[in-house]
Amino acid sequence: MVALPGSIETENRRSVAGRRRWTSSDEAKGLTLISPTLLYALALLFLPVLIVIAYSFWSQDYLTIDRSFTLENYRIALTEPIYRDLLWRSLTISLAVSVITVVFSYPVAWFISFHGGVHKNLWLFLITVPCWTSYLLRVMSWKVILGYQGVLNTGLMSTGLIDKPVASLLYNSNAVIITLVHSWAAFAILPIYVSLEKIDRSLIEAAHDLGDNKLWSFLRVTLPLSLPGVISAFLIVMIPTVGDYVTPKLVGGKDGVMIATAIQAQFGKGANWPLGAALSVTTMVIVSAMAGCMVLALKLFVRRIK
Amino acid sequence: MADTPMIEIDAVSRYYGIYRALDDVSLDIAAGEFFSLLGPSGCGKTTLLRSIAGFDTPTSGDIRIDGQSAIGLPPNKRPTNMVFQNYAIFPHLNVEENVGYGLKRLKLDADDERRRIGNALEQVRLAHLGKRKAHELSGGQRQRVALARALVMRPKVLLLDEPLSALDKKLREEMQVELRTLQKAVGITFVLVTHDQYEALAMSDRIAVMFGGRIAQVATPKEIYQHPLTRQVADFLGGMNFMQAKITSESAVNLSVETTRFGNVTIAKPKGFTASNGQATIGIRPERLRVLWDDAKADCEVTGHVVDRHYFGEITHLIVEVPGLEKPLSVSETNNFGADDIPVGAPIRLAYDPDALVAMAS
Repeated sequence: MVALPGSIETENRRSVAGRRRWTSSDEAKGLTLISPTLLYALALLFLPVLIVIAYSFWSQDYLTIDRSFTLENYRIALTEPIYRDLLWRSLTISLAVSVITVVFSYPVAWFISFHGGVHKNLWLFLITVPCWTSYLLRVMSWKVILGYQGVLNTGLMSTGLIDKPVASLLYNSNAVIITLVHSWAAFAILPIYVSLEKIDRSLIEAAHDLGDNKLWSFLRVTLPLSLPGVISAFLIVMIPTVGDYVTPKLVGGKDGVMIATAIQAQFGKGANWPLGAALSVTTMVIVSAMAGCMVLALKLFVRRIK
Repeated sequence: MADTPMIEIDAVSRYYGIYRALDDVSLDIAAGEFFSLLGPSGCGKTTLLRSIAGFDTPTSGDIRIDGQSAIGLPPNKRPTNMVFQNYAIFPHLNVEENVGYGLKRLKLDADDERRRIGNALEQVRLAHLGKRKAHELSGGQRQRVALARALVMRPKVLLLDEPLSALDKKLREEMQVELRTLQKAVGITFVLVTHDQYEALAMSDRIAVMFGGRIAQVATPKEIYQHPLTRQVADFLGGMNFMQAKITSESAVNLSVETTRFGNVTIAKPKGFTASNGQATIGIRPERLRVLWDDAKADCEVTGHVVDRHYFGEITHLIVEVPGLEKPLSVSETNNFGADDIPVGAPIRLAYDPDALVAMAS
């Protein structure tokens, strides 16, 4: 056999070596490690979302789906007063829930991180205890607390602060907010705690050394440096609560109905999947935009302080 | 030394449970002095520094800064500023904002503030890096930012907690000179904590050597190196050849001792000296022993033979066994005359000056 031109042989060898180098690179190892999760996520998250987006541009023709492209669903979703109101209410409730949750969770996280001493892990463990029971049960127990003959009303009556039960505790948006804040508190405390733990304590000492009292060193050092945790807490709480279905259903009454109920109705009784899909997509887009705005606003707020 | 000390440490003790971090420490530091607290880790030097800064409160005793008792004053109310061991540069602020951090509380007008930040950065030669973020700085630059941030506050006392320990050797030596120059220029009292004896010797006006929460000796670098009061101090500050000697007579200030190989000598009696069994610990630094070449003569000589040799570039350490001494002598000789070529096993004569012998309390 005639000897192959040297260049081709080296080229071959080089490309084999190149391939081998890539398969043993960190990047390849990393991709291999995440591939089960990645494939799982792609199959169960990305594809359904694509299907939902596709549906939102189609229309329902009694029992069949008309696959011609239309924006009619989005027109309904954005202009029909009922959907606009529901969406607006969902957004305000989720915003209120995330603000209240973060405001209540921050001091808890701060206390555990700065004054938890040797019991830090015990405190964190105690915070996760409510999550051991089913979400449904926790929401139900708020019905017991907030109800007309509930724990709160009977308790207040026995102390003589009120003489007949307050009817406005349950079945409205306040009840939804109270319940959601409680359900999501642990998920807000943990990221804030982690970011507080990461703060080098000598930075706070340096702030004191340079003339700050406790309040100022908190505002100028601790708070800005824990901002990543605050932002994650915000997003972790805000994004899922917009679409929460169970809590408004159980404690919201007719004043506490949120967009998820309407979406469910379109996919169920309403039998209008394309409209349900358009409502879902609209909600997703608006939530993403709102999340982005919140992140920006928090960053601006902190920049103002320093 | 000025009449009123800048810092007066008055019988300060600090207990953590039953552990004594500071044990009845008293110390005066003069205004404008470069003072070092030197000792091994866990000796209480950092606790003492943090007590001056206000981050730690003594269990008993008083700390006065510029005549005012500082006990109960939080760090932000004290006329001291600190350079932290890890520099504690605020990661979310740039260099200028870091340096200006403390000025914000003083409510200066904007021009004045900018001028002071500029001057401070000038002082540490970082004026060109004002907009850099903390994570874009090298170790040496972070250290300068920490210095500028403290100096811009114009404190009466600057406290430095092992400020050079995180730097590599070359940069550390540069910064030693620079810190010393800076201190002379600003005239502020510097209190430095370090475990590096060379750093303390090179930079300080005076050094306090600490062991186990107590102060073993306070003196100038030269005094502390040449006349260590205790064996521990001598050992911590460089090498020392220790030997036992018999006391023949003892006065209030002097000791006459009889040694096995260094003859009969009279040496200064250290403070707090007590004889044990009529014996005293005496010592001589390795560099005070000099190799005698060929037929050179000296008034005082010891003879022995080389048992080991360690090469250090500019110097060589010779380990010389001398008959009658319980331990071989360590000799530090420059390599100018070929000390690095002396073979192991060779006989050797060493010259010494009897004045170089010191007595130490055990």
